[in-house]
Amino acid sequence: MTTGEPLIVLESVNKWFGPLHVLQDVNLSIDGGEVVVVIGPSGSGKSTLCRAINRLEPINSGTIIFDGQPLPAEGRGLAKLRSEVGMVFQSFNLFAHKTILENVTLGPIKVRKEKPAAARDRAMSLLERVGIASQARKYPAQLSGGQQQRAAIARALAMQPKAMLFDEPTSALDPEMVGEVLDVMTSLAREGMTMVVVTHEMGFARHAAKRVVFMADGQLVEQAPPDEFFGSPKSDRAKDFLSKILTH
Amino acid sequence: MSVLVDHFDVFASGFWLTFQLCLLSAVGALILGTLGAVMRISPVPPLRWVGTAYVTVFRNCPLTIVFFFAAFGLPSLGSNADFLKIPGLSSIFSRLGIDLPYFRFAIIALSVYTGAFVCEAIRSGINAVSPGQAEAARAIGLTFTQNLRFVVLPQAWKAAIVPLGSVIIAMIKNSALAGFFGLVGDLSNGAQNLTSALGEPIIPVFIGVSIGFLIMTVPLGLLLDRIERRRAVAR
Repeated sequence: MTTGEPLIVLESVNKWFGPLHVLQDVNLSIDGGEVVVVIGPSGSGKSTLCRAINRLEPINSGTIIFDGQPLPAEGRGLAKLRSEVGMVFQSFNLFAHKTILENVTLGPIKVRKEKPAAARDRAMSLLERVGIASQARKYPAQLSGGQQQRAAIARALAMQPKAMLFDEPTSALDPEMVGEVLDVMTSLAREGMTMVVVTHEMGFARHAAKRVVFMADGQLVEQAPPDEFFGSPKSDRAKDFLSKILTH
Repeated sequence: MSVLVDHFDVFASGFWLTFQLCLLSAVGALILGTLGAVMRISPVPPLRWVGTAYVTVFRNCPLTIVFFFAAFGLPSLGSNADFLKIPGLSSIFSRLGIDLPYFRFAIIALSVYTGAFVCEAIRSGINAVSPGQAEAARAIGLTFTQNLRFVVLPQAWKAAIVPLGSVIIAMIKNSALAGFFGLVGDLSNGAQNLTSALGEPIIPVFIGVSIGFLIMTVPLGLLLDRIERRRAVAR
């Protein structure tokens, strides 16, 4: 499935929030087409790691390379890079004053300068794909959480990104809506999208991930294919974490 | 009260001129205020300093002083504010294009002064937009300017519209000062002529002036109430 070529490379990345060392010398390489699930206790730095990849969170030292290029500084170069990396947030962050369709077409029209008619057609087929084409004319507040998150995924896909970042995409959802979002993500993973997914959904990690990365206290403690990680975790930290979440 | 009938033309033309002054100044203040707000939140420190300095100076200076500088300071600097002689506009607002500059000076004074308050109202509106909105806009590759234009400002406007309305109402009332800084024929100047030059009784004349202002401010206030109620329902 993977291309065998690294698409995202983090080298000795460090990040502080004041005195808090949230990313400690993090090294991680993600191949094109690979699906990496990042798990770990809250406050372990997994969201920060995810957000650092498109520089929503600037890092203090180290390098992040995307598609062969180090992340540019704030400005047009960075805007272009971000347009190639889709991002899905925990709180959806759909543009509240725009319809679902306008949410999906804004990037293609304004950033990619696509013709509005062409952008609309593609947006509609994306909305069809995530199963909410009938909601295209509604505003985000009129949709359920699960529908909003699927619209957010469509919005990110509309930019035809080289990779997708998911920052706890199901954590703000009612339990019965988690499945519909995970289904969309699973089908994306099957099609060979490069994905970095921060999540607490162990089921998704088991069946969709190629690799599970376990983080604790700002460090990458352990990484392994899901069967190996869930079957026989090596570090005590991971064993402790898994025993806490899997006993219920 | 017969003065209201006998000199109706003075009140009517005064109202018309004050209305034009308010309309143009409101547009000017909204433009200046929006620019100021964008400067104050921009990632470029010198722009932020300029925006902050503008607000600090004009929000804290008495309006009379601002009018004073516009009406006496600008001419002594050699300016007749000719840049406001905008071809298309001058044909609608005839006072804009004439040689006597006091209508233009009044627009400058009111716009610059009110713009500082508009700036803060819009900035509070920007702060009311959840940070996730701007973050999502950045994540799909919008630049800072596109982010403001397509995502943040349209939502900030909605949050700011009621405080902005109050600022504009205050500006309409403030426009009464213009007649004392060279503007001929607006509501306050017309009233002054009626009382001092023609010896008309003060109280009826000022009732007439008040009616003129109320015709502008009361409907604006009612409109704002309606907008606010509609928004409350939409939530």
